Amino acid sequence: MKTIAKQGLKFNEPLIFERSVVGKKGYSFKECLSNGSDPEDIFDDLFIRDEIKDFPEVSEVEVIRHFTRLSQLNYGLDSGFYPLGSCTMKYNPKVNEDIARFKGFNKIHPYFPEEFTQGALEVIFGLQEQLKKITGFEAVTLQPSAGAHAEFTGLKIIKAYHESNHDEKRKYIIIPDSAHGTNPASTTLAGFEVKNVKSGPDGYIEAETIAEIMDETIAGIMITNPNTLGVFEQDLDKIIKIVHSKGGLVYGDGANMNALMGKLKPAEIGFDVMHLNLHKTFSTPHGGGGPGAGPILVTQELKRFLPLPLVAKTEEGSFHIVKNAIGSIGRMKSFMGNFTVLVRAYSYILEMGERGLTQATEDAVLSANYIRESLKGHYHLPYEAESLHEVVFSDKNFKDLGVHTIDLAKRLIDYGLHPSTVYFPLIVSGAIMIEPTESESKEDIDYFIDVMKTIANEMKETPELLHNAPGISYRKRLDEVKAAKHPKLRWYKLDEETDE
Amino acid sequence: MRYLPLTEKDRKEMMIKVAVNSVDSLFTSIPQNYHITNGIGLEEGLSESELLNKLENLSNKNKTFDNVDAFIGAGLYNHYIPVAVDHIISRSEFYTAYTPYQPEISQGTLQSIFEFQTLISQLFDMEITNASMYDGATSLVEAILMSKRVNRKNKALISSTVHPEYRETVATYFNQNDYTEISYNEDGVTDVDSLISQIDEDTTAVVIQYPNFFGNIEDLAKIRNILNENAPKALFIVVIAEALSMGLLTPPGTFGVDIVVGEGQSLGLSPSFGGPGIGLFSCKAKYLRKMPGRIAGETVDKDGEQSFVFTISTREQHIRREKATSNICSNHSLNAVVVAVYLSLMGKEGIKEIALSNFYNTQYAIKILSQFPSIFKVKYGKKVFNEFVIEFNDGIDVNLFYDKLFKEKNILLGLPLKKFYAQETKSLLLNFTEQVSTKSIDNFAKNIIEVIGEL
Repeated sequence: MKTIAKQGLKFNEPLIFERSVVGKKGYSFKECLSNGSDPEDIFDDLFIRDEIKDFPEVSEVEVIRHFTRLSQLNYGLDSGFYPLGSCTMKYNPKVNEDIARFKGFNKIHPYFPEEFTQGALEVIFGLQEQLKKITGFEAVTLQPSAGAHAEFTGLKIIKAYHESNHDEKRKYIIIPDSAHGTNPASTTLAGFEVKNVKSGPDGYIEAETIAEIMDETIAGIMITNPNTLGVFEQDLDKIIKIVHSKGGLVYGDGANMNALMGKLKPAEIGFDVMHLNLHKTFSTPHGGGGPGAGPILVTQELKRFLPLPLVAKTEEGSFHIVKNAIGSIGRMKSFMGNFTVLVRAYSYILEMGERGLTQATEDAVLSANYIRESLKGHYHLPYEAESLHEVVFSDKNFKDLGVHTIDLAKRLIDYGLHPSTVYFPLIVSGAIMIEPTESESKEDIDYFIDVMKTIANEMKETPELLHNAPGISYRKRLDEVKAAKHPKLRWYKLDEETDE
Repeated sequence: MRYLPLTEKDRKEMMIKVAVNSVDSLFTSIPQNYHITNGIGLEEGLSESELLNKLENLSNKNKTFDNVDAFIGAGLYNHYIPVAVDHIISRSEFYTAYTPYQPEISQGTLQSIFEFQTLISQLFDMEITNASMYDGATSLVEAILMSKRVNRKNKALISSTVHPEYRETVATYFNQNDYTEISYNEDGVTDVDSLISQIDEDTTAVVIQYPNFFGNIEDLAKIRNILNENAPKALFIVVIAEALSMGLLTPPGTFGVDIVVGEGQSLGLSPSFGGPGIGLFSCKAKYLRKMPGRIAGETVDKDGEQSFVFTISTREQHIRREKATSNICSNHSLNAVVVAVYLSLMGKEGIKEIALSNFYNTQYAIKILSQFPSIFKVKYGKKVFNEFVIEFNDGIDVNLFYDKLFKEKNILLGLPLKKFYAQETKSLLLNFTEQVSTKSIDNFAKNIIEVIGEL
C-alpha cells in the first residue's frame, strides 16, 4: 500500500514576539488629531498608560507569513480524514463561510432598533423553526455558546420547573458512566448532585438500574442517545417512563443528533429538554475549539422557563425580540447568541433540505457500519450492539503486545490521517472511537480501513513503529509532564525570564 | 448532494459489506414505533445560487454601521478591522481543525493560543491568561466562581456600573444571596461609601468595570486600598468591556487586581449582532490551579524541539467530571487567533494610536454636544475613553427626539439608558470610535438643531 502522506516544507516559526523590531508597523489608518484636549489634560497621570511592555512590532508581511506558517502546522478537516468519534467532524461548506461574512450580518448591533435588523431576526427565527421541525420540540433558545453552556441552560430549566412545582427535594441528576465529562460538570454548576449509574454488560443503561434509584429526590436524567458507543439505548422507552412516573425530567444530550435526522424526533419519544451542537450536526466549523453554538429545545410545558431574549414573529409578519417573560431562567450570556454561527447553520439546513439531511444521516450510519464490518476481525469490538453513526473498538487485541491505544492514534498520523477519538468513552478499555460522518468518500474510507489493517499487523511485527509514532509530523510526541510540572504559559522577554 | 461524496454504487457496495439490503435495515436498533413516517417537514434544499440570493436579501434588510450614523457601543464596538485579519482566519487549517488534542499536528492553533495568552497578559498587565471563554458576561461568572474556590467565601459585590447584561447573566448563574449590587453616585462611578458599608467577612470578590458602562473611569487604586483594608481575602475582579481602552489607560494589573475578565470583540471582531465575541480571562499566577478553561503551555517534543500543548488539564471536565473547576469545553478558540492576528498587526504603537483616535473623537463630540445646554448636557464630564452619557432637560420628549433622529435623519443617538436603568429616563449612552469622522459629528450636531426645531 502506498501512503498518501509525504514530508513537506515546514518552518520552525518563532513566536511573534521574537519577530518584533522597534519601529515596524502592521497597520494603516488615518491619524486622528487632537482638538485641544489631550489625555494629560483630562486624566490624572495615574490612569494614563505609558506603553504596553514588550508588545510586538511587526510589519503586515511578517504577520501574514507568521500566521500562514502556523496554519500550515495544523491538520484541518480540509486537510483530510478526521474520524474523531463523538466530535462529528463533517465538512464545513464554503458558501456558509461567505454568507456569514456578509456586511449585513456583521456590521450590525443588537441594540439597533428592531426595524433596522429584521433580516437578522428573520434568520434567528428561521433557524428556531428549522430546529423545532428536526427535533419535534415546541420551543427553542439559540443563546448558549456551546454544548456545555447548553447543558447548564437545560439543567437550570429543569431546576426552575421543579421549583415552580414547589418540589424542592429533587437534588440529583442521573448520569450514566458513558456520558461526556461536561454532563456531570454542568450538573454541579447548576446546583445539583450527580448520581452516577453504570452501563449494563451490553453497553446500555438498563431500565432496572434506573428503576432502583429513581425516586422523588431525582430531578432528572441526562441521556446521550445514541450513546457514546454509537448505539441506540435499548431500554430508552422504559427509562423515560420510569423517570416521568416519579416526576423527573429527561434531558437529551443531542451531541449525536446527526445519527437521527429524518429518522426520529426526540420530542415525540418523551425527551423534555435537549441540546444540539450546531458545530457537530449542523456543519459549523469547530475553529480549533470554538466558537460553536448549543441551542436548547424544550416541550410546551417548559417553554416559559427558556432564557431571554427570544425572537418571535408578529401577526403582521415582522420579527421582534422578546425581552421579558414571567418564569424565564434569565440570560445566559450577553447579546443575542453566537449569531454568525447561527447564520451558517441556517444556511446549511436550507441547502441540505429535507432529503439532504436525511441522506446525511443515512450516509453517516452506513459509513460507520462499513468501517465496523471491515475492521471487526482486526480490532476487538467490545459490544455486539448495532452501531449507528460511530463505532468503538477496544485495545483487547493488542494491549498484551505492549502497544497502547495512544500508539495506534499517533501511528495514524504517519499515514496522513487524523487520529480517532481515544480513551473515550471511559467504559471501554483503551477505546478507539471512530466516526467517519457522511463527508468522506468511499475511497478515503477504504484508505483508512487499509491503514488500520496495516497498523494491526505492525503491532505484531514492528511495534517500534507505533512506539515512535508519529515520525513524519512537524513535532514528535510532546513532553506533557514537563508542560504541567513547569508551567510556562506565556512568553517573557529573555533578559527577564525567570526560571520557574 | 454536493457535500455527500458517496455514489449510489458506493452505497450498494457498502451495504453488501454490512450485509443489509436496504438503508432502513441500518436503523433497526431504533424501535419501530419511534420512526417518523412523514419526514421532517422541511422544504427541499436550495442550490448555491438560490441560497446566496436568499441570504443576501435577508442581510440587505439590515441597516449596518455603514449606512447609519450609529453612535452606539455599550459593550460591542464598531472598530476598524484590518483586511489581513480575515485573510488569516479564512485559512481552513485554522477554522476546520478540531480542539488541538493531538498537539503534533496542531501546533498552529496551540502556538497562536500561546501568543494570544501572552498578548492579553501584556494588555492587562497580568501574569497569566487562559485560552478564552465565551464572552465577557460568562467570563465574569467564571471569575466569581473562581473567587469562591480561592477564598471559600460567598458573596460577590458587583458595581451597578458593570454592563447590565453581564449582571443579568450573573443573576442566572447565582442565587440572589450570592451577590449584592453596589449603587453608583452622582459622578457616574461606583459609590465607594456604599461599597465599604457592604464589604464584610463573607465578601468573596468585588467586581468593577473599567471604563464602566457609562464610559467613566473607576478609581481602581482607591478600590484596591479599600479591599486591602476591609477585606484582604476578597478578590478584586475588574471587567474590561472595551479592550481597546487598554491602549490609553493604565491596565488593571498595575493596580494589583486579582482577576481581569473582559470581552475581546474590539480586538479584531465585528459586532455581528452580538456574537461570537471572545471572553478574556487573566489572573495572578498563584491562582493557576483554580482557573477555569483550557491553557496552552510550552514544552519540548521527543527531539527537544520547542512545542506547545494544553496543560494543567486535571482541572477540567473531561478528567475531573463533576469536580471540575468549570464545565467549559468548547471555548472561542478561533477568535483567540483573530485577536492574536489583530494585536500583532496593531502592535505597540498601533494600539496606542487607535486608542488615541477614539479618545480624540470622543473629546471632540463632547465639545460639540456641550453646545446645546438648552436641550441636554454631558452628564458626567470629560474623563472618558470613548463613551459618555448625555442627559436631556426636563420638558423634552426624549423618545420622540430619538425616533425622529433615526427615522428622518438616519442617526442613531446611542443607547437609551432606561433600557437597563429604570430611573435613567432621560439619559443616553453615546460611543465614538475611530470610525467616526469629525464631519459626521458636525452633521450630527446640525441635525440635532433641525429635529429639536420640529418637536
